[in-house]
Amino acid sequence: MHIFDIIGPVMIGPSSSHTAGAAKIGYVTRKLLGERPVEAEIMLHGSFSATGSGHGTDRAIVAGLLGYKPDDEHLPNSFVEAKQAGLAFELTHGVIRNAHPNTAKIHVFGESGKELEVVGASVGGGRIQICEIDGICTNFSGEYNTIIVHNTDTPGHVAQVTTVLAQKNVNIASMQLYRNMQGGYAVMIIECDDVIPENMLAWLKDLDGIIKITSYNAEEGV
Amino acid sequence: MALKSVAELMTACEISQKPLWEVILMQDLEIDTPEARTVSMQRMDHMWNIMCASVKNYDKEQHSFSGLVGGDGARYLDAMQSGNMMCGHYFNLAIATALKVSECNACMKRIVAAPTAGSCGVIPAALIPYQEEYHTTKEDMLHALYVAGGFGNIIAERASISGAEAGCQAEIGAASAMAAAALTFLCGGTPEACENACAMALKNLLGLVCDPVAGLVEVPCVKRNVVGVVNAIACANMAISGITSRIPADEVIDAMGDIGRHMPETLRETATGGLAVTPTAQKVAERFSKNTE
Repeated sequence: MHIFDIIGPVMIGPSSSHTAGAAKIGYVTRKLLGERPVEAEIMLHGSFSATGSGHGTDRAIVAGLLGYKPDDEHLPNSFVEAKQAGLAFELTHGVIRNAHPNTAKIHVFGESGKELEVVGASVGGGRIQICEIDGICTNFSGEYNTIIVHNTDTPGHVAQVTTVLAQKNVNIASMQLYRNMQGGYAVMIIECDDVIPENMLAWLKDLDGIIKITSYNAEEGV
Repeated sequence: MALKSVAELMTACEISQKPLWEVILMQDLEIDTPEARTVSMQRMDHMWNIMCASVKNYDKEQHSFSGLVGGDGARYLDAMQSGNMMCGHYFNLAIATALKVSECNACMKRIVAAPTAGSCGVIPAALIPYQEEYHTTKEDMLHALYVAGGFGNIIAERASISGAEAGCQAEIGAASAMAAAALTFLCGGTPEACENACAMALKNLLGLVCDPVAGLVEVPCVKRNVVGVVNAIACANMAISGITSRIPADEVIDAMGDIGRHMPETLRETATGGLAVTPTAQKVAERFSKNTE
């Protein structure tokens, strides 16, 4: 852990896990969607569900979806701002099996019809973990520039992606591979030290067997 | 590489013969260059400025959404100025500052989580009045923040700094231990004295549960920040006097994690046990849920 995870983050109160972490989950979800969200179903689990409204968890997630960082003073007023920004949202409470106590599941739809489901946990001190994307288990923190590739589970896709990363001089920090079954649906999550270039994503998207690509470039103050 | 134990930190200080804060800074940097150090120091400077701003911008009229929190920082300062308080100026100013910063947090204002938002009042309350009282330089204060952060990091790595995982001992307990180490450092204590202060402060708050009324970071959180700083001052003073912790800091931290794992879920930020289920708290919760409907 970094010293500024401990002395920091700078944030809007009252809770690093329930407010700042929640805002970050919303913010990362927006970035992963890659466009302005117009509709969101937000399900709160565990302590998020039990004490979320008092901690502003709901307002924080919506603020994050609107693109506000956890230290933005607009955060307490996000429900009103969502109306103005054309984001319709629904808040529900539920149970996610084996999930961290501070977990939210967010199903978002973007302005051009893109769709994404993210399960994110706030693991303390404002840090988060993205635990699931579109039903596939993941494990990344949003601290690194991250590229997420959904593809058919056939040979060669890892090589395609890593080759392009090498050509663009992007160094890989960590790499995780998941699939639902042999020959089924696979996801690779690559955390990088360097910024992931937009044009690389466009090129990869058109390859056979690549279903969907999302990426996230980490930012200061999120 | 982050340090995994206080023992490692003590060894690193001894081998390098460098000040505690510098060892912590060096361990935190991926690559130790003068530029990287400057960037880190500037970022810490920013944290310090936000802490000071949260005290300065305190508004005694501000109240939390529930109405449970507000005005106590100013109330305490008024009483101080009228000369009605026991103990010295620094001690009372620390209490007033803890109230102010945690009230800001409860009122959804900008603060620095240190290590968490619920415990954000403890470290500013220990350090900002210290600078005022003892006229230390800003550089000293930034160094003290590194010391606090270094111990906090080890607590987070070995145990937890999340109330939902390990109760209030992981938040106010950790903040108090960090503040105790930082104060001991400012008073000229050795790294070992800082370790002792950290161990004693955390030990004193072991078992503290997270039972917030209506699930809000208000009651008892704001006043627990006061206990955090008062405990930190007492433990720093003990450490400076040469009193040691009979249990080493690493073992105290592990005990805190262990206690956290045994703590029932009702006492880990779910507002389903302890103070949160007292008749008065339940009335507050009922009123609050009506207000938010």
